[in-house]
Amino acid sequence: MLDIRHIYKTFNAGTANEVRALRGVTLTVDPGSFVIVIGTNGSGKSTLQTAIAGGFPLDSGSLSIDGVDVTSWPEHRRAAFIGRVFQNPFSGTAPSMSIAENFALAARRGRPRGLGWALKRSALDEFRDRVRRLNMGLEDRFENPIGSLSGGQRQALTLMMASWIKPKVLLLDEHTAALDPKSADQVIQLSEEIVTRDRLTTVMVTHSMSQAAHLGDRLVMMHRGTVLHDFRGAEKQRLREHDLRQRFEDVRRADLLDEPAAAMLRRLYV
Amino acid sequence: MLLLLGALTIGLILSLLAFGVFISFRIFEFPDITTEGSITLGGAVAAVLIVAHVNPFLATAAAFAAGALAGTATAVLHTRFKINSLLSGILVMTALYSVNLHVMGKSNLPLLSERTLGSMAEAAGVRLMGASTVHLGGWEVGTRELAALVLSLAVAAIVGLTLYLFLRTNVGTAMQAAGDNAQMIRALGVNVETMIVLGLALSNGLVAVAGALLTQYQGFADVQMGIGMVVWGLASVIIGEALVGVRDLGYVIIGAVMGSVLFRLLVAVALRGGLNPNDLKLVTALFVFGALVLPTLARRVRMRPRT
Repeated sequence: MLDIRHIYKTFNAGTANEVRALRGVTLTVDPGSFVIVIGTNGSGKSTLQTAIAGGFPLDSGSLSIDGVDVTSWPEHRRAAFIGRVFQNPFSGTAPSMSIAENFALAARRGRPRGLGWALKRSALDEFRDRVRRLNMGLEDRFENPIGSLSGGQRQALTLMMASWIKPKVLLLDEHTAALDPKSADQVIQLSEEIVTRDRLTTVMVTHSMSQAAHLGDRLVMMHRGTVLHDFRGAEKQRLREHDLRQRFEDVRRADLLDEPAAAMLRRLYV
Repeated sequence: MLLLLGALTIGLILSLLAFGVFISFRIFEFPDITTEGSITLGGAVAAVLIVAHVNPFLATAAAFAAGALAGTATAVLHTRFKINSLLSGILVMTALYSVNLHVMGKSNLPLLSERTLGSMAEAAGVRLMGASTVHLGGWEVGTRELAALVLSLAVAAIVGLTLYLFLRTNVGTAMQAAGDNAQMIRALGVNVETMIVLGLALSNGLVAVAGALLTQYQGFADVQMGIGMVVWGLASVIIGEALVGVRDLGYVIIGAVMGSVLFRLLVAVALRGGLNPNDLKLVTALFVFGALVLPTLARRVRMRPRT
C-alpha cells in the first residue's frame, strides 16, 4: 500500500545547521498493516511522516501509495490518499469554525470543492451521530467553534475527520503526546477502534513504550535517519515494554562510541 | 436631510469596500493594502468606459474584473515569489497609481452628463414617482438622491447575501479554513496558495466595484480617491463587529454594512460640526487605533488583581 524506497533528506545542506534527517529509508507497508514507529529524538521518525505526507521535496528516493508514484506530488494533492493527525491538537482543526463546518471540510478531503452547499442536512446528521458515540457531549455543541474545545476533544475529532473518507494511509504523528493521560488513553482507544474497524493502513509515530508494545502489528525503530529494527508478526507480539527500553539503551550506549568503533564492536559481539 | 441621504448612500456603497477588507484582513489575516489602489482602479475603469458610452452595468462589471486582477497580482507576489504580504500589497498599490493615471489619461475624470447607474436610477425614480422631488417625512428631497440610496441599498444587500452564500459553499468554507488553519486544510487536500489568490481577487474585485459605484454617484473618478480607504474599510468592519458581534458569518456581514453606514454618518456629523476635513484621515486612523487597542486594554484592567 505504501512503498518507500531509499529516501534521503538533508535540511540546511552545506550550512552549519546541516541535518541529515533521512538517510536512505526503505519501508514497504502492506495494506491494512498498523505500523508503529519509535526512535530517539532526531531519529527522523517525524520527518519520515512529513515525507510521506509531502511536506517537503525529497533529495532522492521514491514514494508510492497504492501503486501510484507520488514522489513529485505536493502535499495538498497527496491528501486525497492520506489522513493525518498531528502532534499538536490545534493543528488538525480550524479553530474559529464550528464542529459541523470542520466535518464538512473533512468530508471533501481530496475531492473537488465547488459551489455546492457545505453543510448538507443528511451529512450533518451522520456527523452528529458519529460524534455522539464519542460520549463527549459534543453533539450538543455542534455549532460551537472548535477552538472552544479541549485538546483531547479536538484530537478525537481530528482523528474522526482524518478517517471520515477512508484514507489509503493514515498517519498518526505522536498524536497523544500533548494530551493529559486520560485524554491520551481515550484517543488511543479511539485510534485502535477506527484502524481496526476500517482496516486502515496506518503509520503511527509514538514516544510511549506502552503504546508501542501494545498497539500495531509491526514495529519499526529508527535511529539517525535509518531503520534500525523492524519487528513483525509473532516477533512484534512478543515484544514487551522492557525489551524496547533495552533497545533504546543499546542505541544510547552505541552512540557514546564513535561510529567505526561501534561498528567493530557490533561485528565482534552481536 | 440631504446630508443624511448622501451619508447613507456613500456608507452603503462603501460597505462593498468593507466586505473586501473583511475577506483580506479577517478571513486571511492578510493586511492587503492593494485596496487603496484597486478602489481607484475600479473608479477609473468604470469612468473611462462610461465616458466611452459603455453600458454602466458592463462598466461596473469591468471594474470588478480589473480589481480582481490587481488582487491576483498581490496574491501571486506573496504566494509564488514569497514576498511579505504587506510588501506585496504596497508594490501593487504603488504600481496601480501609474496604471490608474494611464487608464484615466489624467488625474481627474468627470462624468458630466453621461449615463451612469446613478442617472439610470434617477430616471427610474422619476418614472415611478412622477416628479423630480419627493416628500419624505416632511422634507423635500430629490428623487435622484432617493433613487441612489435605494439602488445602493439593493446593491449592498445583494452583494452581502451573495458573499454570505458563497462563504457557505464547499469552496467558501475551504477559503475560510485556509485563513484559519493552513496546515489543516492543506492536509485535507486544499491548495492554500490558490485560496489566497481566489480570496484576494474576490476582495479587490468587490473593492473595485465600490470604487466604480462611488465614481458614478459622485460624478467623477480621481486618482487620489483610494487614499486612506484600507483604514476606512477596517473601521467599518470593527464597528460592525462591535455592533453585532462575531457569532455568525451572517452577523459579521450585516455588521460590516451597518459599520460602514454608521461610520459615514459619524464622519458627516463631525464635518458638519466643524471638523476640519484635512484632519479627517488623522481622526480615522486614531479611531481605528483606539478600536484595536481598547479591547486589550479593557481586558488588562479587568484582569488586574485587586489589592
